Formats: sequence, structure tokens, C-alpha cells
Amino acid sequence: MKKIATGNKAVAEAVKQAVPTVVAAYPITPQTEIVEQIAEFVSGGELKSRYIPVESEHSAMAACIGASITGIRTFTATSSHGLLYMHEMTNWAAGARLPIVMANVNRSIGPGWNIWAEHTDSLQERDTGWLQVYVSTVQEAYDATIMAFRIAEHNDVLLPVMVNLDGFLLSHIMQPLDTVEIGDFIPPTHLPYAIDVKNPTGYGGLTGTEEHYKMRWDIERSMRDSVKVIEETEKDFAKRFGRRYGFTENYQCDDAEVIVVAMGTLGKEAEVAIDLLRKEGIKAGSLRIRWLRPFPNLKILKGKQVVVVDRDYSFGRGGILATEIMAQTKEEVFSVIAGIGGQEVTFEDVAEFVRKRRIGTEVWFGVSNNV
Amino acid sequence: MLKCTSACAGCSDSLALRYVLKAAGPDTVLVVPACCTSVIQGIYPNTAFNVPVYNIAFGAAAACASGMSNAFRAAGKKTNVIVYAGDGGTLDIGIQAMSGAFERGTDFLYICYDNEAYGNTGMQRSGGTPLGAKTTTTPAGKTEAKKDIDAIIAAHDPPYQATAAAAYPQDLFKKVQKALTFRGPSFIHILAPCPPGWRYSTEKTVEMGKLAVKSGMWVLYEREYGKLTIGAQSKVAMKKPIPLEDYLAPQGRFKGIDPKTVEIIRQRLAKNLSKLAAEEAAP
Repeated sequence: MKKIATGNKAVAEAVKQAVPTVVAAYPITPQTEIVEQIAEFVSGGELKSRYIPVESEHSAMAACIGASITGIRTFTATSSHGLLYMHEMTNWAAGARLPIVMANVNRSIGPGWNIWAEHTDSLQERDTGWLQVYVSTVQEAYDATIMAFRIAEHNDVLLPVMVNLDGFLLSHIMQPLDTVEIGDFIPPTHLPYAIDVKNPTGYGGLTGTEEHYKMRWDIERSMRDSVKVIEETEKDFAKRFGRRYGFTENYQCDDAEVIVVAMGTLGKEAEVAIDLLRKEGIKAGSLRIRWLRPFPNLKILKGKQVVVVDRDYSFGRGGILATEIMAQTKEEVFSVIAGIGGQEVTFEDVAEFVRKRRIGTEVWFGVSNNV
Repeated sequence: MLKCTSACAGCSDSLALRYVLKAAGPDTVLVVPACCTSVIQGIYPNTAFNVPVYNIAFGAAAACASGMSNAFRAAGKKTNVIVYAGDGGTLDIGIQAMSGAFERGTDFLYICYDNEAYGNTGMQRSGGTPLGAKTTTTPAGKTEAKKDIDAIIAAHDPPYQATAAAAYPQDLFKKVQKALTFRGPSFIHILAPCPPGWRYSTEKTVEMGKLAVKSGMWVLYEREYGKLTIGAQSKVAMKKPIPLEDYLAPQGRFKGIDPKTVEIIRQRLAKNLSKLAAEEAAP
């Protein structure tokens, strides 16, 4: 069904299709509309879920964990400080191998208080064992959330999945949304080690030095296995509903001499910049990273000049995405730090990053540079 | 609970848990945050408990149980969800999640077994440590009083709350069974004397719990829909308590306690008993 919706509403509509048995959430700007909409669906009987209005994000994730281990589907949503507050429990969710799905509305971190878009919140969750996907349109927020449930619950994965959408730039803007009836796209939840009182088991207790690393390795093994599951899921989604996604979204990359790499809405902005640059005769392309974990194969960047736009930073090291890309491609990039705390970055700015690129250097847009 | 746990000799936490599990029966899941009980259950792949036990981070037990209870009820299962947490995990780091779960009317039983300090980390002070007690972080004795968690729970107006002691197993057994008949949140606060922490010899564990009740330092009661009933053992103690010193003297943690501090403890004890007596007598 075609309608107009915000990114937040799209996530809630996707959750309505997936029907988690338990949703536990705590409100935070700019995520609130997701949980308000879900609460309204539940209250109106349109969604047969239990909505637990917990007293904190730490408890939101803890409640999802307690619910998930009984073998049912769970969902939560958060942002920024909420995500950081639940950090202990995000680690727990992955370590406990629970297929929890969470939407994170990317927002900067205080102080000072700033509610605008930035990716440093979810990137601080990079090493927890969660799969992470970053979306760029309202439709993609919807589609990725639906697919997240199937990927998380696949028995070759059984890891939590985080769907990331930019605060306000996507959470609060209206775009066309084509909703679907998912039918049997997501199979019924089957958790092989769900709690069973007839088979008393201890979960997460003391684990010795000869066992713990094996459990950690098992997370990595499943993370690697998830690549195939993601590919299969996206392929089946395309077959059923006509919209195709991948680990990255490549725009005019094949003959490009220079490629802009970004995530989220910045990645879409970059596509407009590419059109502009192509008109000027600059052979530019755009590669938008969708899946950050598991990290995509970036062979396509081989031999190209790369401009990475990071809406995040790791102090004392560099742009997090730039660092990841340099580690994988073994090539120097032009690293632009832009859009932090909602700093406005237009397609014209991105085009300028490309025109004035200096491979092997880093600049902070608006601070330390001449771009 | 199975034989051969990793509990210390004379541990009243494991003693209490044995009766809790007996009373609760097999259709039960324990949710255990970081505490002595997470050690007592043993090391993977072994478990000393004959019911499923879900271990969770220190501050998260009540929230985890909240999700679990909702999931079971959604599936039409009546499975008992019991949090079994220490005083640190209840009075300190877990209080927010617990308050939230009680406020939301979560259908579960929260049991706090109270050894009045952080036990498995080596007896550091907690909000449950009483005035004057020495711990590894209050080497000169704690200068603040024990936090009144029961009053905090009472402020949430749960259908059922009770105090108990590992030294009175029949009373504890009955209270657990009763608590599990209520829909919504219930709370049981168990005094669990700890030989290495309180510094008394292991064979005195039961005696220590009895001395706590007989001196009035620990009062056995139930509050059902807000109506307080003081237990028979505590009624006796309130009429004719044994001297406070009989409770303090056998415990190494009170060794060398300042007489002025003992006086303050005595006054607080009297105040607490009269407050409870007045509440019970009120129409």
C-alpha cells in the first residue's frame, strides 16, 4: 500500500508486520515517534504485542533479553544516550545469542546536549557482536527492519540486529512508503536453546578460561555465516517485493576514478553530488555502506581514489569509517569529517570534497581545511 | 537444588535458596544477577540448580524478569519468575530496575537475600550494611545506617511483601508459597547471615539468624495488600527481646564498636519496632 510516512513511522509499520511478542522501550528524542506509534498499534489492537514501558534503556534491553530467551520475538528502539546507557546489555544480548531487533535513530552524544544526526552512537556499539545496517530512505528503513527480524532469527545467525537511521534527516522527514503484507517472509521464531522448565539449564553463569573464548569465537563464526543469510534474505525480499538491496549501494562506481564513501542519508546526498560532478566531467561514483557489521567486501575500491565522509569520529585515531576502509583496502583515503552534531552538509559540499580532495589527509569540514 | 554447590561452609544464602526452590516447585525460572548465588550455581557446563537459571548483569535482574514474565504470560504459561538477588543487586545497583518492575505491576516474585555486604567480591560495604559494621571498605565500621528497602518496596504498594530469615525455614517456605499465589509483584527480604563476612564460625549460621530475630534487629512480618502482620517469633522478641549485645558480640564485624554507636543502634531498633507495632495496631 502506498502512503507518505516518516522514517520513524516506517520502522513502526515494519514492526507491525513482524509482530514481536514483546516490545520494551524507553522514549528518547528523536526515536519517540517509533515507540509512540507501536504503543498506539498495541493499544488499538492492530498489533498483538506486549508493550513494556520500562524505566530506562538499560532495562529496555534487559527486558528484551529476558523475553527473548523464552523463545519469542522482541523489538526495541533507542538513540544516542539511550544506546550508550544500554551498552552493558547490548553486549549481553549478543553474548547470550539472542535475535533481538533494535532500531537506533542516530544522534550525537553530549555534552552539550545536541539532538541532531551523528553516527558516533551506534559506532560505539561496533564491537558488541550486533549486526548493523544503515539506511538512507524511509522505504529502506521499512524494508531493512522487516529483513532484520528474518536475519537475526535465522539459525545460522542468532545474533541481534541494529537498524540505524539518521535522526531528523530520516526519522522525521516524509517520503513515499510502499508497505507490504509480508506473509511467510519471516518464518516463526525458533530459538534452539529457549528456556524449558522440563530441561533445566543454566544460562550465562561462570565460564572458565577454557570455554569462554570458544563462545566468543562462535559469535564471530555466526557473524561470518550471516553474510550468506543477508544475501539470501535480500534476494528473497527482492523477488517477493521488488526492491533490491546489498551490503553497499554503488552509484556510478564502475568507470569512476574517484569514489565517495559514506553511510546513511549522507550516502544519498553523495549520489546527487555525483550527478553534479559527472556534468563537470569528473568521473566520480558513490558507495554507500549499508552493512557495517558484518563489514562488506570493498574490492570495488581497488585502484580508485577514495573520499570518505564520516559523520562520527574516534578521538586520537580518525574518522571511524575511514579507518575501517583503510584497514580493509590497504589504501590511503581523503578523510572528511562532516555532519557531526547535525552540521549541515549539502550535495554541493560533498562535490567540493571531491574536487578538492587530498588523498592521505584528513579534514574537519568547517574547521581545519580549505574544502 | 542439587547437592554439592560452590557455596562457602555455613552459607545461609544457599540454605534459604533450597527452601525457596522447594516451595516454588519445578515450573519456575530463577533470574540471578551478579551475586553469591551466581557463584554457588557452579561453573559451566555444570549447574547446581534443578530449575532453569538465567544469569544477568548486576543492575538488570528485575528488568530481565519483567521481560520474561511478560513473554511467559503472552504464551499462556504460568511459570513462576523469581528474581534471586543479593542486597547489593537490590538496594544499590538494581534498585532502579526493581522500582520500575514493581511500578509496572510485573507478575513476579523478587527475593532479596541480604548478607549485608557485597559478598562474593570480598565483603565490601553495601546500602544493606548496618551502622557500625566493619567491611573491607569500612574498616573502621560503617558510619551510616542500613537502607530501609522494605519501606521503599511498601511505597510501591505491591499485593504482597514479607521478611524472612534463613534460620526460620518453615516460615520462609510458607511465605514463598503464599507470595506465588498473588498476581503482580511480590517481594521477600531474607536475612542471610554470612560467616566470612560477619566474622563468626560457620556452625553458628542458624543461631545468628535466630539472634537477629530474638533481639528485634530483624523482624519477621508480612504485608498483604498493605495490611501488616508481625510473625509470632518477632512478637515474642518485641515483648521480651534478648539484649542487643547478645546479637552484636558474636560477630567479628562489630568488634570494638564504639558504645555510642551501639546506643544509636539501640535507639533505631526501638524506633523501628514501635513503628511496626503502631502500623499493625492501626485499623
